[in-house]
Amino acid sequence: MHPVITTVLQRLALGLLTLFVVSLIIFSSIEFLPGDFGEAILGQAALPETVAAFRKELGLDLPLHERYLEWVGGVITGDLGNSFSGRGSSGGADRSRPVIDLIAPRLGNTLFLAGMAAIIAVPLALFLGITAALYRGSIYDRVVNALTLTTISFPEFFVAYILILFFSSFFKVFPSLANIDPSADFWERVYLSALPAITLTLVIVAHMMRMTRAAIINLMASPYIEMADLKGVSKSKIIIYHALPNAWAPIVNVIAFNLAYLVVGVVVVEVVFVYPGVGQLMVDAVTTRDVPVVQACALIFAITYIMLNLFADIISIITNPRLLHPR
Amino acid sequence: MDIKDLEKAAVEGKLDRREFIKRATALGLAAPFATSLLTQSVHAGMTPKKGGKFTFGSSHGSTTDSLDPGTHENGFATNLVFAYANHLFEVDNTGKLIPELAESFEASKDAKTWVIKLRKGVEFHNGKPMTADDVIAAMNHHRGEDTKSAVKSLLSAVTEIKKTGSHEVTFTLNAGNADFPFILSDYHLAILPAFEGKMDWQAGFGTGGYIIDRFEPGVRATFKRNPNYFKSGRAHFDEVEMVSLGDTTARQSAVMNQEVDAIYRVDPKTVHLLGRNPNLSILEVTGTLHYTFPMRVDQAPFDNYDLRMAVKLSVDREALVNKILLGHGAIGNDHPISTSQPFHNGEMTQRKYDPDKARHHLKKSGFSGTLDLSTSDAAFAGAVDASLLIKDSAAKAGLDINVVREPKDGYWSNVWNKKAWCACYWGGRPTVDWMFAAAYMNDGKWNDTAWKTGPAADRFNKIVLEARSELDTNKRRAMYYEAQVLVNDDGGALIPMFANHIHAVSKKIGHDGQVAGNWEMDGSKAIERWWFA
Repeated sequence: MHPVITTVLQRLALGLLTLFVVSLIIFSSIEFLPGDFGEAILGQAALPETVAAFRKELGLDLPLHERYLEWVGGVITGDLGNSFSGRGSSGGADRSRPVIDLIAPRLGNTLFLAGMAAIIAVPLALFLGITAALYRGSIYDRVVNALTLTTISFPEFFVAYILILFFSSFFKVFPSLANIDPSADFWERVYLSALPAITLTLVIVAHMMRMTRAAIINLMASPYIEMADLKGVSKSKIIIYHALPNAWAPIVNVIAFNLAYLVVGVVVVEVVFVYPGVGQLMVDAVTTRDVPVVQACALIFAITYIMLNLFADIISIITNPRLLHPR
Repeated sequence: MDIKDLEKAAVEGKLDRREFIKRATALGLAAPFATSLLTQSVHAGMTPKKGGKFTFGSSHGSTTDSLDPGTHENGFATNLVFAYANHLFEVDNTGKLIPELAESFEASKDAKTWVIKLRKGVEFHNGKPMTADDVIAAMNHHRGEDTKSAVKSLLSAVTEIKKTGSHEVTFTLNAGNADFPFILSDYHLAILPAFEGKMDWQAGFGTGGYIIDRFEPGVRATFKRNPNYFKSGRAHFDEVEMVSLGDTTARQSAVMNQEVDAIYRVDPKTVHLLGRNPNLSILEVTGTLHYTFPMRVDQAPFDNYDLRMAVKLSVDREALVNKILLGHGAIGNDHPISTSQPFHNGEMTQRKYDPDKARHHLKKSGFSGTLDLSTSDAAFAGAVDASLLIKDSAAKAGLDINVVREPKDGYWSNVWNKKAWCACYWGGRPTVDWMFAAAYMNDGKWNDTAWKTGPAADRFNKIVLEARSELDTNKRRAMYYEAQVLVNDDGGALIPMFANHIHAVSKKIGHDGQVAGNWEMDGSKAIERWWFA
């Protein structure tokens, strides 16, 4: 079998194992949270009888392992279960929404924002990293480094508020509310999501840019680059044709890491811009102990990490002839 | 200069809020009244006009919200339900109870039997006419063994609901209650269409002035005006969008950048900055929301009257109002009835910070040691700071308090109503009886002070029960005045302050001049009461 396929299969198997462990961790950590759905949803107005009625209907009175097996069984057959919220009224009819209906639109929004931020951030970071390596030690290199390090050093919400101040209050270029509508067309979405996407870009560019720069500079000291230099190849050609192909592995790993962050870690940005993403959904679900939603979100996040890492590994193999054609 | 000139000067921007209140108070007006006068005159004098799209930012809203009225618990849900549905009765913007879907009502002498005639010709949004069957199904939704409604206990006194005509329903109670129609105005008790004898809330049809266009829990709800609305002079906007803006900064920047027309829960710390915005006016209303520190009288050492009195006297209420509410509120007198309510006892002496008297009571109680005060900002914004202020002022009276910071998560299930002394809030209830029944009477499910036995508590329970079925207003007033004195003196609740509702509203918005204080956003009915001038 081709080594790429073997690696993919190995990684997928490992990924499944990881998912299993993650599911155990999620399930048990939710158990440790104080209170349950009934208490959370009724708040100060909770009466023992009403809480018990909730618990009975949601099956929360069953033992832990039974609930876990039921959930895992559902997930394997593609059923993420039903959200606790909107569970039947006194009529007893179950009119709750399936978790998938709850998550799908939110996940779509999150992926849209992540994609938009990635389309701006990844090429920008690569360009800045390569040019910084090219003009290493120059004023340009220092300015780029200082700027990107500044933006990564500020907390996200601060960057967000500064952007709102300049682009929504002083100059009304973009709206400060990015609560996109499901019916909005593509360009309207882009317009509404502009500020959150720029915020995310500013936050992630530094990491990728510095890794690109470091990886290339690291290679610049190797003998084959020296050889190319001695042959009289121009500096930019050396970097693009000789250094970059060998530098892809670390760069792609950092890019994958940042893309995963864009999907799973942007709840602060979502809150500031009131962006209806999956992070906000998960926080809401945790505070109200809507367990099926929390579990589904956590699983999706875990899958995102595993898939992006797998993707990074495949790219490193393909770009590295020694790994692609092992002896 | 009389009050009219003052109002004019304020409206024209010649006077700022502080100056207005100072001068109005000099003219002999009470400060809370002066505040509401100012905010109301800015908008008054406009006649209602139809049209426009009203966008409003709610501080609440969660993805777990549903249209089931039994689970409504936050400001998003109350505004939503008042927009698309109606109730049998309504509390109007002066705090008076008026019939809504009810046309008239009649009570028996003992206030046990209530015959309610329904308005005829009212249709739900799906065209189905509203009848007695719908009302009965709506009420039964909150009754019975397996209901999960938050207001189950509110209707526990109802023994029977009978259809006595196609548009007439008769309620029978196990004890007289002169305020029963007030209970029927509660936002949970929305009248929605019945389907096969059960209330069908899933469809989202009501009789209200607005038809739900889209409801995305935790994000937004959009509405269109109901062309068939039975009320005249209400529901002026063509379209309404309510967006959930939980983050205070996001909410305030949205209203400043005119992306929304109104918000509530403005942060008292930045309200003066919002007030400077030429497009906005700050609308402040004294309501029934109050912050409490219930001491459980069934647990030592709070079973001691003198210790409770020592605690009540060692709190600097003025400092709490000035530092925690930054002046946007009123001091409380250890009873839960607000100055905006009809039976508020204004004759009682206001309890003041008195370290010497507190020391005297502390000595008499024989208590020595440290009191634990459990607190968290889950109780109210600033609860932790308020607790620390209490600790400081009590130290001067020789009372040692240890402030315990509890996690926000699970505060209502693990700390409140369990720990001997903690921080809490009450949104207030429209009637005195209701407030007492919820948290102070011996059968109240949320009696967080556990003040149930003893001569004062017995007397309190007796007179509140008597007042409940008393239809003579003067007699009732005397009873409620005494009940407030009893809670103030012997009860376990430390109630140092009432908070104002603070809204920021675009100057393009008009309203009646009188804004309700029972809930935020004009009694949560701004959507149907306000208009674009």
